[in-house]
Amino acid sequence: MASTIRVRATSSGDTTEVQALIQHPMDSGFVKNSAGELIPPHFIQQLTFEHGGKPVFIADWGPAVSKDPYVKFSFKGGKKGDDLKISWIDNKGASDSSTAKIQ
Amino acid sequence: MIHLSPGRVDATRRLVLKGGAVVALAGIAGIRFGLAPALAAANDAYPDAAFKVKGADGAIQALYGKAAEKSDKVRMDAPEIAENGAVVPVSVTTTLPGVTSIAIFVAENPNALAASYRIPAGTMPSVANRLKMAKTSNVIAVVEAGGKLYSASKEIKVTIGGCGG
Repeated sequence: MASTIRVRATSSGDTTEVQALIQHPMDSGFVKNSAGELIPPHFIQQLTFEHGGKPVFIADWGPAVSKDPYVKFSFKGGKKGDDLKISWIDNKGASDSSTAKIQ
Repeated sequence: MIHLSPGRVDATRRLVLKGGAVVALAGIAGIRFGLAPALAAANDAYPDAAFKVKGADGAIQALYGKAAEKSDKVRMDAPEIAENGAVVPVSVTTTLPGVTSIAIFVAENPNALAASYRIPAGTMPSVANRLKMAKTSNVIAVVEAGGKLYSASKEIKVTIGGCGG
């Protein structure tokens, strides 16, 4: 299965900028389908970025984060070629992870 | 999955957090997320209760246990008018030192807390994301720095709500 995670991590100087795009419906639980039934909530709860075995960014998300979520942040200490590990888990217990090389 | 009365566990967790007993926290996280060993291993409990509160002030209280004061050192970039409430780009940045977390609240959404970001040492106090807005609302960015809370808010007008129906 193709990964749900797309990440671009770019190092410039001592700062690494990370942009991530995750494929996920992020159903809020407030929207009805065409038959008028509520679509149950289904959203990513936690997204973690790790560098060198330590978390550099942890996102706790509710259902108000848009479908196919996007997030951008920067951290210090990353070098070109280093691994950045990304993982998420949703409210139904599903999860995915991926490792990106810092460019 | 086993359900241990969630309210009670949350209260316990808050006490535990205040006591700084991180080892006990890991144990509780392990029970709560029995199906999610990755979370338990990360030793980071998801602030479930704070995501279920109506109204921004209550949600800030639920997440942090205290209120925020306005600060011009917190900057939020967001559109004046969001044509599509399903995808509203919001970014928050601050010049405050010692930032440990950034959270974003949409006051008029069914539950105000939209996203909370933990910022470890070495990570810049700046984040960009995209949020859903049910209707025109104040959006509040809260930055936790040196144990205190600072906020900035902005009204974003929504033409088409992001919660469907």
